[in-house]
Amino acid sequence: MKYVLMYSNRPDLDAAVPEERRAEVYGQIFQWFETHASAFTDAGAELQGPETATTVRTGDNGSPVVVDGPFSEAKEAIGGFSVIDVENLDAALDLARSWPSLGFPGIAVEVRPIVEHRMD
Amino acid sequence: MTVPGPDTDTVLADAVRHEVGPVVAALHRLTGDFDVAEEAVQDALVSAVAAWRRDGPPPNPGAWLTLAARRKAVDRLRREAARGRLAAAVAATRVEAAGPPDRSTDWSDTDERVAMLFGCCHPALAVEARLALTLRSVAGLTTEQVARTFLVPEATLAQRIVRAKRKIVATGIRMEVPDTRVPERLDDVLTVVYLTYNAGFVDAASRGLAQDAVWLAEVLTTGLPREPEAWGLLALLTLQQSRAAARFGPNGALVLLADQDRARWDHPAIARAERYLERAAVWRRPGRFQLQAAIAACHASAPTYAETDWLQILTLYDLLLRHDRSPVVRLNRAVALAECMGPEPALREVDALAGQLDAYHLWHATRADLLRRLGRMEAATDANRRALDLAAIPAERALLRDRLGT
Repeated sequence: MKYVLMYSNRPDLDAAVPEERRAEVYGQIFQWFETHASAFTDAGAELQGPETATTVRTGDNGSPVVVDGPFSEAKEAIGGFSVIDVENLDAALDLARSWPSLGFPGIAVEVRPIVEHRMD
Repeated sequence: MTVPGPDTDTVLADAVRHEVGPVVAALHRLTGDFDVAEEAVQDALVSAVAAWRRDGPPPNPGAWLTLAARRKAVDRLRREAARGRLAAAVAATRVEAAGPPDRSTDWSDTDERVAMLFGCCHPALAVEARLALTLRSVAGLTTEQVARTFLVPEATLAQRIVRAKRKIVATGIRMEVPDTRVPERLDDVLTVVYLTYNAGFVDAASRGLAQDAVWLAEVLTTGLPREPEAWGLLALLTLQQSRAAARFGPNGALVLLADQDRARWDHPAIARAERYLERAAVWRRPGRFQLQAAIAACHASAPTYAETDWLQILTLYDLLLRHDRSPVVRLNRAVALAECMGPEPALREVDALAGQLDAYHLWHATRADLLRRLGRMEAATDANRRALDLAAIPAERALLRDRLGT
């Protein structure tokens, strides 16, 4: 089954992480993607910070308006996502559990199955 | 003709307990769809309640349920046109299951029930949903019975189950014993069984639920005989159940351990529980259920309350705290501490839990008892009043009212 892993973080807390620690974790993350390569599909990306986000939403008059900032005002932001293809939810959760950043405050991984359109 | 009465309902409850799990599992295998399987069995149960009360139970309740559930599944699948082929396939399978039950398949039945327990108690589901699903799909209660047990409207409970099943199907939760993290996942399953027992423990009216829980624990030990915590839970529930007859006074009020007539305890059950604990101990992997069972066994083997080995119990609580740091465990430890060291240090421990347990009636009731033993009668009365305000279960309220002399 295919799932999306959404890596959420707290940009305000991340800003406090020292540079060399950040580099170290990046190293672990690359290693992690390599170790679990067979689970990952080609889809996925690391995102630039929420300060770079621009949101398009329906304005008061019913037509789309463009606004500065992310769609949600929550402190948590999506830092990236991967589309994985694994046996079942347990396998997806095992992968999420091993996400190297989980040791940092405010980090979470949301696991969601994707909609698979059936052709029959 | 009307044949109501407890007898029919007892046969029904018993048949349901033994047949529903395997029937859901078999249909799940056949259709590949847990939702359809579960709903079909639920439909069959509703028909069974009506038909068996009217005509009396059939000679082979299991076969009756299997056949009825299969028909309901075909109906459901037919309603979903896209699955027409599957419906035809299910309808075409021969109904051998309608013959006398084949005892040689008991093993796989047990395995299937254990697998379903793991699926229904998956950590990705909310705890209330795990309980509701387990009671419905494995223990075979109807939605209405489950709703009554948890004092929620039937529609709310039905909604909860629909949402949980949707999540099971959409997210790929398997009805199987996991390959990894078995002790951790087993703990989730055991917790649900334990909560089931507690739901039926204090209330004389829902005692059937307590029996269902003991039965589920038995199923787990049969399916997973090498898991000491499964034996621990079975021992714990068997011990608690052994006191069932002494737990309620003539006016329906709860009778505390200190005041129970120990001659009314089920002593063969206590001996059985001790054997379960010995089986668990062989693995040398203590856990919270084994330790709670060991504490219960200390109480069970004491000839009188005064002769209870409180030091042993206190030691076991210290071990238990390593596995379960919850404030309720600390509260129970304080009760043992009072027996070993007197009410004063115990009250200090209890008061330290105020922030976490202020809304828990037994925190106030325990405090009241310690205050009384320290001669602080006014404070004790206040604490008992607060406990009565918070207590919801009639048997506990009756006991607290007795204490308050109202």
